[in-house]
Amino acid sequence: MNNKNTKFLSPGHNGCAGCGQLSAAQAVMRGLHKNVIIANATGCLEVTTTAYPQSAWGLPWIHSLFENAAAVASGIKAALNKKGDKKTKVVVQGGDGGTFDIGFGLISGLWERGENVLYICYDTEAYSNTGIQASGATPYGASTSTSPSGTVSSGSTQRKKDMLAIALAHNLKYVAQSSAGFPDDITNKVKKALETDGPSYLQILCPCIPGWKINNNEAAMLGKLAVQTGLYPLLEYINGQLSASSINSNFQAKAVEEYLKKQGRFKHLKEADISIIQKLAAENIKKYKI
Amino acid sequence: MENKKQLLEGSQAIAAVIKNIKPAVISAYPITPQTHIVEKLAKLKADGEADYEYLRAESEFAAASIILGASATGVRSYSATSSQGLLLMTEVIFNIAGLRLPVVMTCANRAISAPINIWNDHSDVMTIRDAGWIHFFADSNQEAVDLHILAYKIAEQLRLPVMVNVDGFILTHAFEPVIIPSSKIIKKFLPNYAPKADQFLNPKKPMTFGIFATPADYFETRENLHHDLTASLTIIKKEYKDLMHLLGRKNKDSGLVEYSGPKKPETILVAMGSVIGTIRETLKNDQRTGLLKIKTYRPFPAKEVSQILLTAKNIAVIEKAISLGQAGPLFSDIQASLPNNQLNIKNYIVGLGGRDITQKMIREIVTDVKKKNGQKIKFIGKI
Ligand SMILES: Cc1ncc(C[n+]2csc(CCOP(=O)(O)OP(=O)(O)O)c2C)c(N)n1
Repeated sequence: MNNKNTKFLSPGHNGCAGCGQLSAAQAVMRGLHKNVIIANATGCLEVTTTAYPQSAWGLPWIHSLFENAAAVASGIKAALNKKGDKKTKVVVQGGDGGTFDIGFGLISGLWERGENVLYICYDTEAYSNTGIQASGATPYGASTSTSPSGTVSSGSTQRKKDMLAIALAHNLKYVAQSSAGFPDDITNKVKKALETDGPSYLQILCPCIPGWKINNNEAAMLGKLAVQTGLYPLLEYINGQLSASSINSNFQAKAVEEYLKKQGRFKHLKEADISIIQKLAAENIKKYKI
Repeated sequence: MENKKQLLEGSQAIAAVIKNIKPAVISAYPITPQTHIVEKLAKLKADGEADYEYLRAESEFAAASIILGASATGVRSYSATSSQGLLLMTEVIFNIAGLRLPVVMTCANRAISAPINIWNDHSDVMTIRDAGWIHFFADSNQEAVDLHILAYKIAEQLRLPVMVNVDGFILTHAFEPVIIPSSKIIKKFLPNYAPKADQFLNPKKPMTFGIFATPADYFETRENLHHDLTASLTIIKKEYKDLMHLLGRKNKDSGLVEYSGPKKPETILVAMGSVIGTIRETLKNDQRTGLLKIKTYRPFPAKEVSQILLTAKNIAVIEKAISLGQAGPLFSDIQASLPNNQLNIKNYIVGLGGRDITQKMIREIVTDVKKKNGQKIKFIGKI
């Protein structure tokens, strides 16, 4: 792993110490090249990197609104097409709120148009930037500021939306899931996605220090545990088929409890809830044949 | 061919001039009464008569975002909408201005729901008049055609977005003889759009657009946008004059406002858009009443407006929109432009949701405005 290449995203940003999203973004940048234009949604990644008069970005980069990055990317792509520029790639970056919720319809529109755009969702499993409110990506049982645990509540009652399945339903040629715990996996997937002819989707689990109520040296470790428990497997679909790289015949799942108990957002969970989450991990392991 | 008049529907005329302006990217979403414009543009592309990228968007919100992205990548872009579509775009409309992107759009002006109504008034555009766009209002299809050419020139020169407002149905669906300037003629006035290397998303010169500004900097960005908008009045005047000259039009107005009528009027009626035609017709033999047409509504040409209005005693501001709970927006703008005046200014709200505006109503207004102690704001709608 070459961690030194920070020319596309310089370390001088305002992210939290140990932020999982920013380390994932660095891994993404290592997979890009200089002929890339980025459209970024509103959210932590945007806010922490572009406080005027500074910018951490070494690539041409635009932020318009929270929910329209996918459509902005379509416009960029159309302009490049008209200019006859086949070399320059277009990448969208958004949080889970911008992707699963408010920007959802526009992402469908982007995929429908079949444009060669890579959409990357940095999934912190909540609206991190505005104070950890629940999103469509918030997992069952997580306590957030709008799905708080309490005397009669054990946090979020909703299951995480299956964005990968939705991406696959749009016949995307490349759909993948990764985690900030595996930066080289992120970089490899970004490279493959960029080479895909047509729209592609990459979703990356990004442990959030204040959101998950974890210590600032724990993001990478939790990013690994999420994968090792089967809750957030490393996945890759090429032309709709689960690729061999996703399948691990030696997989020995760790208990979800190990993952959950390290995070303040799950600390209220009782045994019954933990066993529901354990079942979700088992479902994943079966579904994805890991 | 160049000066040959063609009988065209307003929407077809707008599509024809847009084709000749040669935008690189068009994106739109259908809404009555804008549909004929974007359908025609799709057909021109389908028939190989135009080679812009035409992106079918899944909403107006997306269409506006698409042309935002295209414009930020350094190419000429276009969209058109109406009413609910414009309202759905609102967040993007403000964003385009803040990003200083030279986007041009047509608004086929239509009423706002509820109740849902597809006919003309100016309620839609008034919701975004404060967004930082330049707004032109056309009173005929020929003017709509010419103003689109002017719009791109101003937009690209000043990096400010421009909206051309065209009354839904009354203009968009009306057949009138128009001259469509050829792309060759247009190019003499409007060169190819060529932003500087650091003004667009350019891998050769990576720049960051759409930054986060704290209270230390945000304030000045808005102040600058305001100053640039107001300063554009001078440029609009100059470019308008050049364009009229190039196109051989007989217009003698400034491009901002147009006064017609007696030198020393007793009363001046003020209005925007297609109702100008009805008013002009009504006042044909009236020696005491003048007509002030507002062609550039934002930035508001306060100086030109006040100079003209101060020659009269009574002012009737006739408009197809109302800031509910206050007054017509044009009325408020005009009052703000006339400090310490002795004028008798009244506001007449007409035509909402496509209600006919008749000559009888205009005559009623001419009589009513002279009344001492009459109502300040009146709805004139009985046919
Ligand atoms: C239309 C609109 N609604 C709400 C907001 C406020 N807002 C800004 S960022 C954000 C949360 C972003 O969450 P997510 O997309 O998950 O990204 P993260 O910050 O977690 O990286 C919200 C709610 C906004 N900017 N625009």
